[in-house]
Amino acid sequence: MSVSLAVFLAFVVSTLGITWWAAKRSRGASAYFAAGRRITAWQNGFAVAGDFMSAASFLGLIGLIALQGFDGIFYSVGGFVAFVTILLVVAEPLRNTGKYTMGDVLAYRLQPRPVRALAALSTLTIATLYMIAQMVGAGALVALLLAGSGIGYNTAVVGVGVLMMVYVVFGGMLATTWVQIIKAMLLMACTVVLAVLVLRHFHFHLLDFFAAASQIAYHSKGELVVKDFLQPGLRYHPPHGPLDLLSLSLIFCFGTAGLPHILVKFYTVPDAKTARNSVVWAMILIGSYYVMTSIIGLGAAVLLGPDDIVAHGGTNVAGPRLAQVLGGDIFLAVVSAVAFATILAVVAGVMISASTSFAHDFWTNVIHRGVERKHGESVFVARIAALAVGAASILIAIALGPTSNVLILATFGLAVAAAANFPVLALSIYWRRFSTGGAVAGLTAGLLATIGLIVVGPTLMGVDPPGAVRHLIQAKPWFPLENVGIVSVPLGFLAAIVVSLLSPELSAEAKFDELTVRANTGLGAERASAH
Amino acid sequence: MNSPQANTPPQSSAHLECARIAASKPFKDLFAIKRMFIVPAFIFFLLNFIGLAVLVGSAPKLASARVIGTVNVAYLFAIAQFVLGWTIAGLYLIASAKFDRLTKDIIAQVDLRQIDPTQINAPSGGN
Repeated sequence: MSVSLAVFLAFVVSTLGITWWAAKRSRGASAYFAAGRRITAWQNGFAVAGDFMSAASFLGLIGLIALQGFDGIFYSVGGFVAFVTILLVVAEPLRNTGKYTMGDVLAYRLQPRPVRALAALSTLTIATLYMIAQMVGAGALVALLLAGSGIGYNTAVVGVGVLMMVYVVFGGMLATTWVQIIKAMLLMACTVVLAVLVLRHFHFHLLDFFAAASQIAYHSKGELVVKDFLQPGLRYHPPHGPLDLLSLSLIFCFGTAGLPHILVKFYTVPDAKTARNSVVWAMILIGSYYVMTSIIGLGAAVLLGPDDIVAHGGTNVAGPRLAQVLGGDIFLAVVSAVAFATILAVVAGVMISASTSFAHDFWTNVIHRGVERKHGESVFVARIAALAVGAASILIAIALGPTSNVLILATFGLAVAAAANFPVLALSIYWRRFSTGGAVAGLTAGLLATIGLIVVGPTLMGVDPPGAVRHLIQAKPWFPLENVGIVSVPLGFLAAIVVSLLSPELSAEAKFDELTVRANTGLGAERASAH
Repeated sequence: MNSPQANTPPQSSAHLECARIAASKPFKDLFAIKRMFIVPAFIFFLLNFIGLAVLVGSAPKLASARVIGTVNVAYLFAIAQFVLGWTIAGLYLIASAKFDRLTKDIIAQVDLRQIDPTQINAPSGGN
């Protein structure tokens, strides 16, 4: 435990040093919101990868694969897929036509106030869902590691929350980016070591490893069963499973390309070419990370076994416990500290995207119609917003406590991004006849359909036996699928397209050529600061 | 520097200059070759990934068929997504070298003062 504390404290001290350094350099809005647009391709690649490799895709993913085999591996493939969407469709036009947020791109052709207000709303919704997932992960880790040490769940959540606020309020995007880069390096290193240790257990004979993974014995509903964990269907089984999986894959195709905390990263680089190269860096990192997590997850199923995982700390701590079995208490300490650092860094990244959107989209451009009344006002408002959202998320996390798999929670945020943000972002860049009405309809329909269907779906609704209440609403679910993408994503697109056709907007059509030229050439794009 | 695009009225010099570029042959050529790469690559990749979900959901027997040792079709198909994604990224980087060259030629023909006068005299874009 003392090793864990030492590694974690080393991370905290060095990141606070970075924050202090960034705060000294940070002057003005472009520096605070976009790190002065001077981040290089590899740096941004690590930062984007770091933003995406959250508690969900470390703790949650390994646990999901360890308990449900291939169906968990589908999540790792899915996490990677949207980066092709980002590379080919989103990153360069976004960098060329916006300033700080996705709302900038929408407001380029459309009426700024309604689209920015809704963009800010969906950004805050996604941020909240992500934040809950990260905080639950932090709680689960603490329960495993520090049980009996006097540091409880609440203390850990407050600690994470306060540190995250310090990074964001004082260091802005520059500090957040460097915290993310360092964390991504630490997490990659841990993952490599963990994967190698798993394979070494099988003397690096891959086929022996997969043979072991194809015969996992565990108890299901009181009976001992033996399952092939490479075989699909452990989570998504008939009757609704196949449709649920298809639904999930739609969310994966577009979700990440609509995640505000990923999109803001492309404003931190000097130009579209750097943005493009940084996506490729991120793809190399995230892809190899996910290939390794599939080995680690199956390794946990083989070496720990699902029964043991469920009995000791549950799905979210399968990875750290595997580290303990393979590398002893010291490696457990290191992996847990890195997982904690991951949570801290991702929460900070989500936080800054939320406060940027609130300050830039909502405060400056919706309330004050694009006029900054006082120099530095938007940065000041962003800092206040960070404090407020930080405090709120601490309270929500404490109220919720550690409950379900953090990956499933984070996937809800992804679902909102896929159904609300991505359709309007893509249509505003690529479709001449897109109109303000269409954007408002698309964002509203995507947001409401996602949240509404999740609430009436099997995650929150269900009938449990007395004494084992697991669902929030004790009734038969109205919507059969856990993943709502198959309805919400087409609905988001359809609402945006139909309403655009019904409410043509000449001024928006007139600016389409200008947007296309700027998006493709970078003419008039925001530049890096001089120093 | 206030965001130039947000406040630019449609009839500004930037608007006219962009309309001229949009109608010019070099820009149309650039747009066409970009589309020729991006649209098929994007659609192919997405269909391929959705194909994995469809295969797993609709043909569980085929998905579970073992290929090498206990490694089955589904797992190989899943890992192939990473390889395919990396391949598309590599091809896009190669193709974009040409996009960048064509873009440079287009910009060389543009009167930058028409697009954004603030960026000619003020090298610092910080605000």
